[in-house]
Amino acid sequence: MSETGHNPDPDNSTGGEIPAGPEPAFSMRGNLLHRNLLTALLLAPATMWLVVFLVLPFVAIAIFSVGERAPEGGYQAALTFAQYANLPARATAFWNTMVLAPAGALACLLVAYPVAYYLALRAPQRWRLILLALIVIPFWTSLLMRTYAWMYILGGRGIPALLAYVGIEDLRLINTPGAVLLGIVYGYLPLMILPIYVSLERLDRRLLEASADLGATPLSTFIGVTLRLSLPGVMTGFSLVMILLLGEYLIPTLLGGGKVFFIGNALVDLFLQSRNWPFGSAIAITLVLVSVVVLIVANRISTRLSGARRVDLI
Amino acid sequence: MTAVPDIEFRAVTKRYGTVTAVSGIDFAVPPSAFVALLGPSGCGKTTCLRMIGGFEQPSEGQVLIRGRDMAGTPPYRRPVNMVFQQYALFPHLDVEENISYGLRQARPRLTSREIASRVGGALETVQLAGYGRRKIHELSGGQQQRVALARALVNKPAVLLLDEPLAALDKKLRTDMQIELQNLQREIGITFVLVTHDQEEALSMSDFVCVMNGGRVVQLGQPSEIYDEPADLFVAAFVGKTNLLSGKVAGLSGDRVDVALADGTVIAARKRVPLGRDEAVSVSLRPESLSLSATGEGRLKGIVRNRIFLGSTAEYAIEVQGIGSLLAKADHVIGQGNLFKPGEPVAIGFAAGAPLAFPRPKNNGTNQREDQHVEILS
Repeated sequence: MSETGHNPDPDNSTGGEIPAGPEPAFSMRGNLLHRNLLTALLLAPATMWLVVFLVLPFVAIAIFSVGERAPEGGYQAALTFAQYANLPARATAFWNTMVLAPAGALACLLVAYPVAYYLALRAPQRWRLILLALIVIPFWTSLLMRTYAWMYILGGRGIPALLAYVGIEDLRLINTPGAVLLGIVYGYLPLMILPIYVSLERLDRRLLEASADLGATPLSTFIGVTLRLSLPGVMTGFSLVMILLLGEYLIPTLLGGGKVFFIGNALVDLFLQSRNWPFGSAIAITLVLVSVVVLIVANRISTRLSGARRVDLI
Repeated sequence: MTAVPDIEFRAVTKRYGTVTAVSGIDFAVPPSAFVALLGPSGCGKTTCLRMIGGFEQPSEGQVLIRGRDMAGTPPYRRPVNMVFQQYALFPHLDVEENISYGLRQARPRLTSREIASRVGGALETVQLAGYGRRKIHELSGGQQQRVALARALVNKPAVLLLDEPLAALDKKLRTDMQIELQNLQREIGITFVLVTHDQEEALSMSDFVCVMNGGRVVQLGQPSEIYDEPADLFVAAFVGKTNLLSGKVAGLSGDRVDVALADGTVIAARKRVPLGRDEAVSVSLRPESLSLSATGEGRLKGIVRNRIFLGSTAEYAIEVQGIGSLLAKADHVIGQGNLFKPGEPVAIGFAAGAPLAFPRPKNNGTNQREDQHVEILS
């Protein structure tokens, strides 16, 4: 990851569209300041921003996580790993997150891939932009509003009421894992579609012809060429959605009704309600570590599958 | 041609919407031949190749491969393989995996030993032994070309299709590959169909040349036939260099015509199609059929404007009063000192059979190259 900033790979399939993570800025700072004042000046605002709003809070959280809860809430200096040892107390939130985040990302992928495939390889050229716009336009409305809308659609007076007309009674949709999953797929679909679309759009069509020419059936061509060469896009979309889902708070709250509890919900609870900052910090640090591991693993898989070229996810 | 032709087109027409890319093409390719589809861009040659490969379906007519009608047969069920323009190698696979791609699709499955031995053989055929584990992007253009060739040939196709395979290579490499392809075709003994817009390439490599223009086959024949006996003005001008002299039919006698050129000179020319008296014609005279002399009795007289000395030959642009500029090509033999200098007057002669008269198309703006009497080699 650390070399990402120095060595932008021109063939990197989708990484370019995604804002670089904080790491490149760190490593760039030292050597570029000396080499090029202008570059340093240009990078200064972003660097300051990252230091003040990312590095410092991160350090603070790390320090909090080895402290103790003050008697009336908040933080009290100490050096103990008791908070980390206590992590199993929030096992349910971890479990829900660890199951629903990949499941949500996978569900997103299954819905997004055919859409991206159609857009990139089948849709008539003149329709493409319009269809892409239709996918992005919902983003102009806040996720909060759209998730509220789902609350009503899935709630008692929504779909269940309609189903009651046709005789299907007592169907509960809202406040179930299914509702959370639906909300996740709905909310994050564009983030999955776009990177896959980009990688499919760049696919050299003649490779598909070459594959057919060499005797591959359409299915083998899809698996051996299309899917394989779009994997960088798939991995980008997957890890993007997965990482955002690891910190998801809104959708479980509104569509899970507090019954499907994510780590994000646990953090809000710990920091704002029970004011146990050290324990919240320990959970937050763990979450960051898990995210980094997910990224690294995804990157490895993607690199291996797409051949020699290095692929940067973020 | 008693054997079943490897490739046969029967009244094949291909339309894209209102555009007709290929119209009413009929031709048959004898077995084990090296055939070139030659023509300017947009003449339909690539469409023909893609119809053999199965990537396009004819709008009308039939494409037969070894006597079998290919209508409705998808590319992956056809006994042909293609070397694509820019090769279309799989970037995520290494050289060996690229070459074995087709073998791994074969049903019933081949054993991995069989695959390995055939891939090894193919690598040797294209002189890339030891390169099996290389990534595609680590190879040079010429090496990629060989991989593409091996990837197609390893499947033992009935016909190998080559879509401008040498266009991306530099001149030296191109010449080497031309010879290699020719040798390869003789060794393997299967039909090669080459699409090219490079007439030199078509003439030098193939046993048969199929000249196409405007979606039609204009002439099908051996390279020397195409060059010596072009079917029409287009072929005469497109294949090789020629001087086109405009004139009028002044007299008819058998297969000869007398043509009065613009300056009044009357020359005898052969004709390939019936011509009428006073019909406007173009006479094709190949540069190498012109002989130059300083004094002798030439039929035309002119002044040397440019000389391009090429070592074994020299090319001259010669201004002829009332006719225009002519290109002449003369062998250069050391010690004979037969080079003319710009500004020198020369007499131009030619053998009796050299001039060929063609009717001039009525409408202007067709594939005439009358404005290009002289093309000077760079």
